[in-house]
Amino acid sequence: MSPSESPILTDLELDALTELVNIGAGRAATSLREMVGAQVILTVPRIALVSRAGAIEILGERENERLVAVHQVFQGEITGRALLIFPDTKSLELVRAVTGGELPLEDIVELEQEALAETGNVILNGCMATIANLLHRSLKISLPEIMRGEGFELFDLQPPPEGGDVVLFLFIDFAVRESDIRGYVAMLMDMPSLIALKALLVEFIERTTGVVERETDAHP
Amino acid sequence: MTNETTFKLLVVDDSKLARMAVGKLLSANPGWARAEAANADEAVAAAQREPVHAAVLDFNMPGRDGLQLAAELRGMYPSMPLAIVSANHQVEIVNRALELGALFLSKPMTAEALRQFLDTAEARLGTAQA
Repeated sequence: MSPSESPILTDLELDALTELVNIGAGRAATSLREMVGAQVILTVPRIALVSRAGAIEILGERENERLVAVHQVFQGEITGRALLIFPDTKSLELVRAVTGGELPLEDIVELEQEALAETGNVILNGCMATIANLLHRSLKISLPEIMRGEGFELFDLQPPPEGGDVVLFLFIDFAVRESDIRGYVAMLMDMPSLIALKALLVEFIERTTGVVERETDAHP
Repeated sequence: MTNETTFKLLVVDDSKLARMAVGKLLSANPGWARAEAANADEAVAAAQREPVHAAVLDFNMPGRDGLQLAAELRGMYPSMPLAIVSANHQVEIVNRALELGALFLSKPMTAEALRQFLDTAEARLGTAQA
């Protein structure tokens, strides 16, 4: 029995996490708008909590080409990795959209790594930092790194932790100028981090709604 | 002055948590009761079903977004005090809210921001009733 198949978060906790992520995405969109000088659409219509194998399966089903990812490590009460993922073929389109589409192709190719890293940094930091702030915790976030490969390669960063790990999988819609780029944010966490996140969500829900969640099946 | 509820605020957000959070803030404002909707369709139905005096609308919702809903409500109730709530304060969104005569409030909403919106709404509603 895999722990990721049991409902670790309640519906309200998942709702709270989705709300935090959307607030983060809203702030990231505002920062990106400053960077690119045009309106940026960045929304997270859906999130899912899956196992590492589940995340690879989702990517395999939805994307049948090579992927590119911006990867950052976060450390604190919750420790893990965050990846912004989209199809590799969209990479140049994204850079063109972000830079305004006036640059010749050779310049775009040259700028690709840097523009990807910067865009990823704004989106991932926007999400992670907002979540951390609203949960009243601080997170250390590493510099962005670019990775390319199939889904399983992106998640094959280290041997899976003994207790298993989970992936918080965010489906994102990202559009700038005429480009519409579907992508994903994956946050890879081990079990202790997920349990810490759950406790922080319970506190957050109590703080913002005044409602104390009852642990109906908690061990005394 | 009376402690009885005089006005109703329609809270529209696809997140239950966000609606609950506004509910908590609203409970500090005794003149106001709350109606809730999880999307634009529910919001329009609620506004047609019961008297609603003001509305706070999440910008980022599946289906029609908060600005589209604001335009619709504006067409139905030209003088209703409206606020758009979002963490996304890009100039295009803030300006569109202002064009629709809606206030723009940052998410997460604070008690002060809601209080100010309700004060303004009460003043406007008081004038309209007088």
